[in-house]
Amino acid sequence: MRETPSQTAGPYLHIGMLDEVGPALIGASMRGPGARGEALTLIGRITDGKGAPVADGLVEMWQPDADGRFPPVSDPALSHVGRCACDADGTFRFETVRPGAAPGSGAPHAAMMLYARGVNRALHLRCYFKGDPANADDPLLRAAGDRAHTLIARPDGAAWRLDIRLQGRGETVFLDV
Amino acid sequence: MTTPLRPRRSGWHPPALTPAYRSTRLRAPTQAPLALPSAPVELRGPVFGHADLGPLDGDLHLNAAADGQSAIGPRILVHGQVTDEDRRPVPHTLIEIWQANAGGRYRHKRDGYLAPLDPNFGGCGRALADADGRYAFRSIQPGPYPWPNGGNDWRPAHIHLSLFGHAFAQRLVTQLYFEGDPLMAHCPILNAVPSEAGRARLVARLDLARTEPMDTVAWRFDIVLRGAAQTPFETRPEGP
Repeated sequence: MRETPSQTAGPYLHIGMLDEVGPALIGASMRGPGARGEALTLIGRITDGKGAPVADGLVEMWQPDADGRFPPVSDPALSHVGRCACDADGTFRFETVRPGAAPGSGAPHAAMMLYARGVNRALHLRCYFKGDPANADDPLLRAAGDRAHTLIARPDGAAWRLDIRLQGRGETVFLDV
Repeated sequence: MTTPLRPRRSGWHPPALTPAYRSTRLRAPTQAPLALPSAPVELRGPVFGHADLGPLDGDLHLNAAADGQSAIGPRILVHGQVTDEDRRPVPHTLIEIWQANAGGRYRHKRDGYLAPLDPNFGGCGRALADADGRYAFRSIQPGPYPWPNGGNDWRPAHIHLSLFGHAFAQRLVTQLYFEGDPLMAHCPILNAVPSEAGRARLVARLDLARTEPMDTVAWRFDIVLRGAAQTPFETRPEGP
């Protein structure tokens, strides 16, 4: 029996995925009080093939804790999953901790998924961090070749930035994982 | 879950670019996705439980209604089973639900359709599958609505569903349609699914046996998430 086919989350995804009626189950503030590790503010801007902001998009993050661990044996002060709807400028912003290296995972990274009107199947990507020496040997970054930089966040003031380009010049490497 | 997942078959899901659905034209990546085995991060996923749900989350008749009131529209029960590709139940998975009201209007600041809002309908709910992967929620049948796609375009009645499964790489967001809706044949979003067999999997079937007499019509909608790779041959080799 094959997987149920995907359909776009559409322009009104906020109703179900951020629960505009009641309290959201999953938010963009993942780092609770006392969370271990280095605080991370991750921002990014999503643009389309003409450089226009994807203002109705939504990004999910899923990551290990600062020690590279996952529930149920990880830091309870961290919500490992986060969601952020883009603002009018196409920008998302997560408050989390910098992920540690999970065993067997290559360089430290977070997984991300992107949903929007006009996206028939949610787009998978990952967020790595510039300057991590393990990036050089990471199997995914090696496979991405000269486009690997599209998956590597860079310092931007006190935050880190990973912009996402859906189409065309500088197009992000999306994954079939 | 930390076992490898079966690779996705090409030609089954909608491709990124389906020009008849106009919004894909500037949002579809031009490069093929980079295929490689899921890493530990994608083979795990968030776990949800009953404590994450409110008592009325699965009852869209009531969960946004004033005391003693109820949403307007045909009363429906949607139910089914969540399994993987080997028909094994996927227990305790979270299902998020959103939809338009009976007039085809979403409670959303960007929806300006002239059909009125229903003050007693939010259009948002959640359900948690049981130990056998079975789920159910109550709602009203959503209405069809026009949408800007360059012509005279109408969405068939549909309900949006988001499922987590047990691994981030099992995540599925899709839409449920209703058997017999003549607008389905004209919908570029549904028709982005390449095959008739694939489109049929998005159509809920009338389930007379579960219908509650003098109360609620039942629709059956089974959902299949990616399964584990069964043999070493199904585990994709390293690299692009």
